[in-house]
Amino acid sequence: MIRTSEAIYKYLRPDKKYPHVWCPGCGIGIVTGALVRAIERTGLTKDEIALVSGIGCSGRISTYLDFNTLHTTHGRALAFATGLKLAKPSLTVIVVMGDGDATAIGGNHLIHSCRRNINITSLIINNNIYGMTGGQYSPTTPMNHIASTAQYGSIEKTFDICKIVEACGASFVARGTAYHAKMLDALIERAINKKGFSVVEALSQCPTQYGRRNKLGGPVEMLQWYKDNAIPYPAFKKLSPDEIGEKFPIGVMTDLDEPDYLERYNRIIKEAGSEGQ
Amino acid sequence: MRKHNQILLQGNEASAMGAMAAGMRFFAGYPITPSTEIAEYLSIHLPQVCGTFIQMEDEISSMAAIIGASLGGVKSMTATSGPGFSLMQENLGFASMAEIPCVIVNVMRGGPSTGMPTRPGQGDVMQSRWGTHGDHPIIVLCPNSVLECYTLTIDAFNLSEKYRSPVIVLMDGIIGHMWENIVVPENIEIIERLEPEVPPEWYRPYEALPCGDIVRLAPFGEGYRFHVTGMVHDKSGFPTLIHEEIEQCLNKLISKIKNNLHDIIRIDEYRLDDADICIVAYGSVARSAKEAVDIAREEGFKAGMLRPITIWPFPRFHLEDIARKVKMIIVPEMNYGQIYGEILKSCPGKTLRITRVDGELITPDQIMEKIEEAVL
Repeated sequence: MIRTSEAIYKYLRPDKKYPHVWCPGCGIGIVTGALVRAIERTGLTKDEIALVSGIGCSGRISTYLDFNTLHTTHGRALAFATGLKLAKPSLTVIVVMGDGDATAIGGNHLIHSCRRNINITSLIINNNIYGMTGGQYSPTTPMNHIASTAQYGSIEKTFDICKIVEACGASFVARGTAYHAKMLDALIERAINKKGFSVVEALSQCPTQYGRRNKLGGPVEMLQWYKDNAIPYPAFKKLSPDEIGEKFPIGVMTDLDEPDYLERYNRIIKEAGSEGQ
Repeated sequence: MRKHNQILLQGNEASAMGAMAAGMRFFAGYPITPSTEIAEYLSIHLPQVCGTFIQMEDEISSMAAIIGASLGGVKSMTATSGPGFSLMQENLGFASMAEIPCVIVNVMRGGPSTGMPTRPGQGDVMQSRWGTHGDHPIIVLCPNSVLECYTLTIDAFNLSEKYRSPVIVLMDGIIGHMWENIVVPENIEIIERLEPEVPPEWYRPYEALPCGDIVRLAPFGEGYRFHVTGMVHDKSGFPTLIHEEIEQCLNKLISKIKNNLHDIIRIDEYRLDDADICIVAYGSVARSAKEAVDIAREEGFKAGMLRPITIWPFPRFHLEDIARKVKMIIVPEMNYGQIYGEILKSCPGKTLRITRVDGELITPDQIMEKIEEAVL
């Protein structure tokens, strides 16, 4: 595994971008570390990677990392990435989004990217809240939890991101957490190497805007909660409804081999009577 | 008589053909009347040249996808109409701010809201200028014939590449759906995207160059790893809150258009030399206006026409020139007077408008009536 100091100098951009915007105790730094280590393991060069992000705390990752980086509009990262990938298929396109970014304002693009099975890797950092704007409730804020716009507790059901993208046709679906950092490295690596649309949901603590309001403790307690409640997917499937409680599955949940969008598009090119790309 | 090399084309089709002639190889769009023929044409013809056609889930993603494709180094376009154009506004502003070349064809129908999908209008003139939030540069071209749908779409790509700006081709539903015999022009100059002149370590994608030159946009994946954002940025593309850098970023954005008006503005003048009545018209209305000028001349009125082909930036200096010579300016539009309002800023006191918003064309007779009314 690449040493942290090496990874910093190799993948982070020097000059004036720091201090970064993330609060003390935030999990996004851990997820960023996992992303960088995963990329290192794929052996891809920095020029071969395009990192596309949306808006929010997670959207800032693209500023700090030394790839071809595109910081788009709120919710639209996947749509920008779709154009980029189709125009330049040789690029490995990785999209980083937050939970609100990917599943609220960008929900439409998420489900259609799955359906097209376009060869893009999505990393959805789920911290259950809109952090940057001050802690408003998102589609993944648990029911009855407090947010700055849900002062009496949220009354909306939550999305299970992994279930949604699986149902919509993603080729690879996995979940990790900021606590299980080494596992996250491996999940992201597999997602990048996967042909077709892949999604890794990374649960990440937001002690400042989410944890504090809901009395979940500091970053340590929130990470501890991930440790206590995350169950590897095969074991999770064997749990009875009574045993599940707050527990949730981590690991790879879907891994399919299906033609991706560009493979199908090449058929169109052939049929249209040209030479093929 | 029909000439040998003439072909019968629809405005929308001609625009799609012009785009392909300009080297456009990526189209993303969403079905909407009256622009859909553009998408249909390109869904057949782009794959034939290994280009990409994709029907996206909405107009928001269509606009996003063409920006992404342009960053991949491919000339890209989308086409839409009013409601879809509204949805594109946020990402259109992104393209403007991040200086990504791309072309948007908006075939105007009657508005507001769902309005009249199958009836023409010119109600998006101000939206094409100010639809996205914040001060931003934009170029808008307005064809009045099938031939111009072809040539101005090429022009739009050329300006887009030259000024690293989104360019809008704004046609009304009449022009988009009109059929005419045209001879497809050959040997039109095409401006290609050029590689940066400097090696990656010297590359500053948002630097203000001396003499107003514009830094060439490097495609992603060619060794020029840089950052693209909709946030106010420094010359390297990174977000900044330093006062001097904010000013530099925004001033450069505005001045690249403002300092090149002579190159960007295209107008057409008809019988204006000795005119004392000037009709200002664009798009399909200009065809009726031209006819009205001829009728007026026959009846002894010295009428002429100014047709802004570039409507944004608005050809203010041309207009002010003419305004000094004529007694009266008449502005017929298929809206409540969007360009009329712009002309009032420069020439108050002698400007009249003709408005028509019932989904029908403005006729030469209608313009003629106004001329007579004004003179008598």
